[in-house]
Amino acid sequence: MKFDFDDLKVKVGFEIHQQLDAKSKLFCNCKCVEANGSYDNNFIRILRPTKSELGNFDRAAIFEHTKMSTIKYYSKVGLSCLVEADEEPPHDINRDALETVLLFSLALNSNIADEIHVMRKLVIDGSNTSGFQRTMLVSTGGYLKVDGFKKIGVQSICLEEDAAKLLPHSKLYKEYGLDRLGIPLVEIALEPISGKPNEIVNVALTLGRLLRSSKRVSRGLGTIRQDVNISVNGGQVVEVKGVQQLSQLVKVLDYETKRQYGMIKISEEFEKRNIDDDFIGDKIQDITFLFKDSSSTILKKILKDANSILLSIRLRGLNGLIGYEPISDIRLGKELGEFVRFFGLGGIFHSDELPNYGITVKDVDNVKELLGLSDSDAFLIIGGNEKKVNIVLEPLIRRICEFRHGVIAETRAATMDGSTIFSRPRPGSSRMYPETDILPISIESVLLDNLKQKIPLPWNDLIRQIMEKYGLNNKLSEHIFDSQYYDVFEKIVSTSKNVTPTFVASKLTEDIVSLSRNNLDKSLLTDDMLIEVFDKLEKGFIAKESVTLIFEKIMKKESKTVKEAMSSLNLIEINDDELHKILDKILNDNTLVIKEKGANSIGALMGKSMITLRGKVDGSKINEYLKKKIEYFIDDELSN
Amino acid sequence: MKKGPTTDLNSNGEKEDHISKSQQLLNKYNVKIGDNVKLLSNKGEYTGIIMPRYESFNDNYIVIKLNSGYNVGILTENIINITSEKLSDTSDNTSLNLISKTDDPHNNFLLTKEIAHNSDKPVFPSSLPKILLLSTGGTIASKVDYRTGGVTSILNASELYSIFPEISKYASIYPEFIFNEYSENIHTAHWSLISERISYAVLHEQFDGIIVSHGTDTIHYTSSAISFALQNMPIPVVLVGSQRSSDRPSSDAFTNLLGAIKFITKTNYAGIFVCMHHTSSDEIIACYVGTRVRKNHTSKRNAFQSLDYVPFALIYDSDIVCNTNLERINTRNNIAKNLVSKTSFDDRVFLLKFYPGFDPSFLEYFSNFKYKVIILEGTGLGHINKNCFPYLEKLIDSGIIIFMTSQCIYGRVQMTVYDTGRDLLDLGVIPLSDMSSETALVKAMWALSNSSNMKELVEIMKINLSNEISNTSPLIS
Repeated sequence: MKFDFDDLKVKVGFEIHQQLDAKSKLFCNCKCVEANGSYDNNFIRILRPTKSELGNFDRAAIFEHTKMSTIKYYSKVGLSCLVEADEEPPHDINRDALETVLLFSLALNSNIADEIHVMRKLVIDGSNTSGFQRTMLVSTGGYLKVDGFKKIGVQSICLEEDAAKLLPHSKLYKEYGLDRLGIPLVEIALEPISGKPNEIVNVALTLGRLLRSSKRVSRGLGTIRQDVNISVNGGQVVEVKGVQQLSQLVKVLDYETKRQYGMIKISEEFEKRNIDDDFIGDKIQDITFLFKDSSSTILKKILKDANSILLSIRLRGLNGLIGYEPISDIRLGKELGEFVRFFGLGGIFHSDELPNYGITVKDVDNVKELLGLSDSDAFLIIGGNEKKVNIVLEPLIRRICEFRHGVIAETRAATMDGSTIFSRPRPGSSRMYPETDILPISIESVLLDNLKQKIPLPWNDLIRQIMEKYGLNNKLSEHIFDSQYYDVFEKIVSTSKNVTPTFVASKLTEDIVSLSRNNLDKSLLTDDMLIEVFDKLEKGFIAKESVTLIFEKIMKKESKTVKEAMSSLNLIEINDDELHKILDKILNDNTLVIKEKGANSIGALMGKSMITLRGKVDGSKINEYLKKKIEYFIDDELSN
Repeated sequence: MKKGPTTDLNSNGEKEDHISKSQQLLNKYNVKIGDNVKLLSNKGEYTGIIMPRYESFNDNYIVIKLNSGYNVGILTENIINITSEKLSDTSDNTSLNLISKTDDPHNNFLLTKEIAHNSDKPVFPSSLPKILLLSTGGTIASKVDYRTGGVTSILNASELYSIFPEISKYASIYPEFIFNEYSENIHTAHWSLISERISYAVLHEQFDGIIVSHGTDTIHYTSSAISFALQNMPIPVVLVGSQRSSDRPSSDAFTNLLGAIKFITKTNYAGIFVCMHHTSSDEIIACYVGTRVRKNHTSKRNAFQSLDYVPFALIYDSDIVCNTNLERINTRNNIAKNLVSKTSFDDRVFLLKFYPGFDPSFLEYFSNFKYKVIILEGTGLGHINKNCFPYLEKLIDSGIIIFMTSQCIYGRVQMTVYDTGRDLLDLGVIPLSDMSSETALVKAMWALSNSSNMKELVEIMKINLSNEISNTSPLIS
């Protein structure tokens, strides 16, 4: 069936989370720096669900608790303290961070609350040690001007703390690093819009640029995360979290829209077959004994552990529905596989795909007999640690029932290749209650009046400013500002007289980009290294041509420092005397060429000189000297 | 006892004549706390539920909980209109139908229809040990208080049980509410009350152990008090608290409580103990002797430390390791009638912390005060400024008993080592070895009430009744 994006009424609500470039965290004095893997302490916690303000257990919290995970936290002195360890109440709010967000609110014409209340948002996946994230609503409403859209509505602007960083974990626990916990984040949620993926991306780009033009936000991978709320034909809203790059966003929008369309089609099929909730999982059989001697490698692996079992689940009337693929790559079976993986099981087997995986026709018949299946029925098999399997069973059955109604409102995660996978149920609004350790913050009009002077320039004006200040063209100005090197660019240019801003900017953008296209690692080029390279250039120790060569050496991991790169490229400083000696030798060796070609011999001589001198001396200097010497030589010859 | 929480907003001027600005505004628009409203201000429109206002906050704001869950404060003078809204059917769980119309909308709003999964008391198999859980308040059981904006103790013991249903695996718990106080508000009358209740339980009810939930600030005072008030205790009595309020998912309340239950059901020790975290991790709970423990950090989970450096027992997930070298801890027995129950306290004991710069003439005031006993918290081995000597002499001559402890917290008072100490001994100041000043205070209050004369009081103070003085000071790395 042909799938036409335009036929579906797709609405996308875009949400951006951006780390602020703050001197300290939101509620303590720790630095906002990531630990890069080196921690000096750790401890273990168990989080439990709790009742929120309105007296109900939170749905998502119960879900997480049924997964029963113990969490190990890692800390490092200076990057986290007792506040992040949930061993001390939060300190007063970081006023600079608050001001930054107020500036964004003003820039987006958003209505700032008279009094801001810090809330606790329940999160018990472990990413917050206290079991909640501190967050506050700063303003509501407003708009963002985007080319081609005129005004995009702003829903809300919040200031909140970033979560702890998930570390690659052991089998026993989930592990988090506390260095990232507490770094201030601004969260801006836009009103849902309809548009093509590339239009949505443009909105994202415009918003990101507005934030960056304030110069109060952090740059680099991981400092900005985007969530999109997607719904199709006015159905349930699915929240997709963790889109890191805009290129990923297009793929995610495409995939999720496709998936939701698939879910709608599947629910229509459920309806056609008149499936009721009690058709699903009405009979469960332990089939471990059936597969004890199975030759299937997957099953052998699952049953290796003494505490492992295999369960079969009857699904009446669902034959063909689990493997049904209304649109490519979207199947109920796939969704269910993702679901159980979050409980720690490997996946599911279902009757539509069997026999397979070493499960034979006979095996299938045995299961069918045990479950008392008719031809219109289907079954699932789940296997693994007995405790886990028993925890998964009920939620799994409930989930299949939910698919009868189409798209399920839930939270999904974006993957690197642009698909989405199930993350957790969408929480209700009961997951927030007041952070009573912190008094409400009143926003005086005096403060706002002062801030109005500091509202960041709109993107276009800022670019124009850069063009004028540094003499760059429009494209280069945009590139350098959009890049992660803008700050270091300004630093380098401020101390350079001999090197033009255009040169610096183009090296930092075009050259590094083209080098990284060849799979070279630009993260190895630190800001300090860049400053050092341009400093050497400024002082005449290296030539313009060497700059990119040094970048390459470092990005290729062939050199660890700038000095190393320079010496491996033989970029020893050549002073003028040495240079002249070398060139004189070349001239003397090639007098015949000069006699033959006269002034035009410069070409060949340049070529010969550059072989030994490339990167060590400025090409124009060599050219100048050779030209002069050639002239003298010719004059000499003539006069003789 | 403490009055129930009041709300200025709906109390009809019960507390004061002045009706708050925000209340006036709500009255004007005929809306009240808990109503779903649409509020129009000069900044924009807000839709949500009106929240109670905390008493101590600036009264110029109305707080609305928006549908997103966020609270926001709106200046009363910016409000143009407020209209009541009908509940929409698709609202998630902003359960307004749960609020019934009674006189106390504040409490109802908070405590309506606790949708606990096991609100009915389950029937216990009789083979499980029986534990009495006495609740005195504090952060082992708490909720958000709209009156102050802080966390206060409102939940009673049975609500605690509904939050921790897993406990029923280990023991049959009998929750009971004694009173509901922050532990800084607890004093001698409370100690008597708790001790009386425990005494009755030991003598007349067949419990295998008793747990007392208590605020952490003064838990060590109470544990000392019970240790003196009830001697020859035949079962374990364990006090537990939590440093992180139990409304948080990260609360240490449950693991501390579970640790106490394990100690009671899996060991054979009797006496008064305190159970709190041993480290920052949730994995190990420490069990301390009730007279040998102190709160040494304002906020950490492992705020409590033993005066002997190591706790009496460490409770792991499936193991309990007891340190039997240090104190003589009694074992469990069936001889309830041996319990010696003397539960009165006399609060005419003063705890005085000495410091450099202390004006000795302050001591003169004690001649006119009611205090019969002074516990000095001296420096080092038990010293104070020699300029205090004449004043101390006068006080001792007048019949006031003065004891010495050290503000070093750890280590013994030993006053024969330096001149100052010896002079103080000559004056009649009585050293209390390594009894903590807090425990000494409590013991003196108990001794004062339970002795017939001062000589007897001094004897009682010097005898080691409940491990308040350690036998040896081990070298521990």
